[in-house]
Amino acid sequence: MPDSPLTQSTNQPSRRSEFFTGARDMIPLIVGSVPFGILFGALSVTAGMSWWAAIGLSTIVFAGSAQFVAVGLVSQGVSVLVIVLTTLVVNLRHALYSASLGPYLKNLSQRWIAPLAFLLTDETYAVVIQRFEKAKDSPNKHWYYLGSGVAMYANWQLCTIIGLVAGYKLRGMSEWGLEFAMVVTFIGIVVPLIRSVPMLVSALVAGVVSLLFHDLPHQAGLMLAALLGIVAGVLASKLTRFQRSSL
Amino acid sequence: MNAWQEVALIFGMMVVTFGVRYSVLALSGRIQLPAALEEALRFVPVAVLTALCFPIMFMPEGQFFISLNNAHLIASMVAIAVAAYSRHLLLTIVVGMGLFLFLHLR
Repeated sequence: MPDSPLTQSTNQPSRRSEFFTGARDMIPLIVGSVPFGILFGALSVTAGMSWWAAIGLSTIVFAGSAQFVAVGLVSQGVSVLVIVLTTLVVNLRHALYSASLGPYLKNLSQRWIAPLAFLLTDETYAVVIQRFEKAKDSPNKHWYYLGSGVAMYANWQLCTIIGLVAGYKLRGMSEWGLEFAMVVTFIGIVVPLIRSVPMLVSALVAGVVSLLFHDLPHQAGLMLAALLGIVAGVLASKLTRFQRSSL
Repeated sequence: MNAWQEVALIFGMMVVTFGVRYSVLALSGRIQLPAALEEALRFVPVAVLTALCFPIMFMPEGQFFISLNNAHLIASMVAIAVAAYSRHLLLTIVVGMGLFLFLHLR
């Protein structure tokens, strides 16, 4: 059992030290997320969302990019069901993160898994997986994850509130075109991921289809584009592998 | 959006977000995802996020607007170049958003 004092050898970092190291290692990523948090709060005002709903999304859902997408879709009058489905799609990458972290956490009880799962974000994953790969045997490494997640969570709540206040104070913000921040954020996330031809194919197919079927109701064009982009990427990678093996 | 819709939105997003994170985290130490599914999941962020961005970049007002006067398009192209060259998220956002605000508000 991870909590048993017997498994705690003296030269391994304590829970406390793991927790605070995790929080400290998050600092650069937290700095990077400050503008998003503030912008999310401000955009929720522009989108016509109530202040408590914005706080609810940050405290209960806690999913940075999905919250951005949701606010963007709310401002376009998209239905709740479609926003929830879009959230599911946008968050599917968390399945990959969870799948890669899971083996390190398999000895933990559900009491630990649930909060750690709740705190999983792109930022926390990026920091925690590095630590886990280096310190496989540290019996308290889940405290590192907890520290990193809690630091990110606390900062996200603070930034949401700052953004809400800014959004109400500066009413003209809606004309600044701040929704474009969503586009540059996604560019910053997606472009570094495109390291292979199949990834590029997937992105281009999804992008072009999204333009061609832009007029379909309820953002069906978006779903279709995502689906065809994924299929195109899978086919392209099958094709490149086939070519390599036949050479 | 009325209050009930907002409650439904928060609840629905919570269920799908936590559901994905928790179910896979709890199971992944014990079961192996099918290889084909893992392969397809790799393309999810790239396909979805690009499909979200392209319409705003190329048709900010709802119709194709391919022109040097399209601030959305020009700033996106520069942001793509910055991201490809630097692989730095914050730098991409600052440069892209700065250029966009300059072009859009001047």
